[in-house]
Amino acid sequence: MSSDYGNLNLVLAGFGGQGILFAGKLVATAGLLEDRAVSWLPSYGPEMRGGTANCSVCLSDEPIGSPLVTDPDVLIAMNQPSFDLFYPLVVSGGLTILDSLLVPVIEPRDEVPIFGVPATQLADDEGLHGLANVMLVGKLWREHPFCAEETLQEALAACVPPRKQQLLEPNRRALHIGLELA
Amino acid sequence: MPNEKVLMKGNEVLAEAALRSGCTCFFGYPITPQTELAAYMAKRMPKEGGAYLQAESEVAAINMVYGAAAAGARVMTSSSSPGISLKTEGISYLVGADLPAVIINVMRGGPGLGGIQPSQADYWQATRALGHGDGHLIVLAPATVQEMADMVATAFALGDTYRTPVMVLADGMLGQMMEPVTLPEPLDLASIEDKPWALTGTGAPGRTTRNIANSLDLVAGNLERRNDERFERYEQIKAKEQRAETYLIDDAEYVVVAFGACARIARSGVERARAVGIKAGLIRPITLWPFPTTTIEAALPGARAFLSVEMNKGQMVDDVRLAVNGRAPVEFYGRTGGVIPTPAEVATALADLQQTVTAAGTKEA
Repeated sequence: MSSDYGNLNLVLAGFGGQGILFAGKLVATAGLLEDRAVSWLPSYGPEMRGGTANCSVCLSDEPIGSPLVTDPDVLIAMNQPSFDLFYPLVVSGGLTILDSLLVPVIEPRDEVPIFGVPATQLADDEGLHGLANVMLVGKLWREHPFCAEETLQEALAACVPPRKQQLLEPNRRALHIGLELA
Repeated sequence: MPNEKVLMKGNEVLAEAALRSGCTCFFGYPITPQTELAAYMAKRMPKEGGAYLQAESEVAAINMVYGAAAAGARVMTSSSSPGISLKTEGISYLVGADLPAVIINVMRGGPGLGGIQPSQADYWQATRALGHGDGHLIVLAPATVQEMADMVATAFALGDTYRTPVMVLADGMLGQMMEPVTLPEPLDLASIEDKPWALTGTGAPGRTTRNIANSLDLVAGNLERRNDERFERYEQIKAKEQRAETYLIDDAEYVVVAFGACARIARSGVERARAVGIKAGLIRPITLWPFPTTTIEAALPGARAFLSVEMNKGQMVDDVRLAVNGRAPVEFYGRTGGVIPTPAEVATALADLQQTVTAAGTKEA
């Protein structure tokens, strides 16, 4: 297996209900569609019932060792406790994307830039309530492409359940906004 | 599209693979982190025309398994650590009555109710003392979601061949994670070999005597003969069914032994150790019982020391020591209570081991 895109060790973290696991599944599905090695590992403890939720996603051209990402090269953080917990773990040369409505952007560490996007606000303004997660995946792709853009669109279509196809169009719009964010 | 790769959770894959392996009966009881398996079965099994029942307890579920197995059905149950403890009486009966069944344990932290995070603390229970009396189960340990799919099919086949319950020993990490998986082709039920011992009544063609499935035998000599016969089968299993995977073992001086999800972490740890010049390798037992002693034996000539890495306080390390039998140092590194060791910790443990062994060698010289 070889891909035009490098390996990705991603941590997504936030509150339960923000769609953290779905956003992770979207990235994982893109890896599946490009026939890469993929792992998606959620937290499944009591935190899933409304507290913090996080998940590890790996895309690789080699068999994946630990599916638990302890040294992420990319972090998507959607709340302060998640940012505080995971930002120090991001490797040099990596990057962090956060929802700047929920987490104030601080002076970044050397070699770990922070991209703040007021995704929850933008989503609400656009009538896309609850789709800040997908928007942030779009921003992730823009800053750190991890698959072909068509693949990401295809993955989104695959992740929206057949019975909820009416949600595909708003999801596409949220992704589009994320992809276009400067 | 039977051969298309799909992204699925380990727990659901175990269920789907069982359905495709001719499993027609499932009896379970919910417990985190394996509940998705039972939930998936609840949805799918009735559509397949099989029997699904959420029993009133784990004890009831395993006794339903006992009945279905005696009748010759391919039957499965699943639980997580505390639930498996409740099933152990029934598992001992299955062993005693020589009945095949597949038992899934998606391990969580213990003892007692413990926690719900991943653990490998039931190694001893699975390989040594799953219920009272002399006996074993074949124990298979998957490390990937793909292997979970393949292993369920293997488990049913081995169970039928050797007339023994088979355990698939997974953990919360494998149960909860998603990976791409190619599911096995659905098995043609007609291809499953006939079970002449099954309790199907005397009406079958050529059948004039009744079959009995029972673990009770009050005549001392008879019971011993039955046990001897079973242990002859165990010897065959040990000779023919040991399975293991190796990684970078050919020139390995420091051999990590790890199973299941922990083996994946150990593999990353071995790579890190190699990057700093430690000749590390990995043996991943796929069968925990029978333990792959021949693979350990093969690694022994080049090995300066072994390191068992587990998500418990040191259980499989006993089997490594038995296999090594004093011919090399065997050390242990592990985390418990749902804490997952990191590749960096494994690499550090390997560096420490190298230092200890080298220092001891210098002293001797």
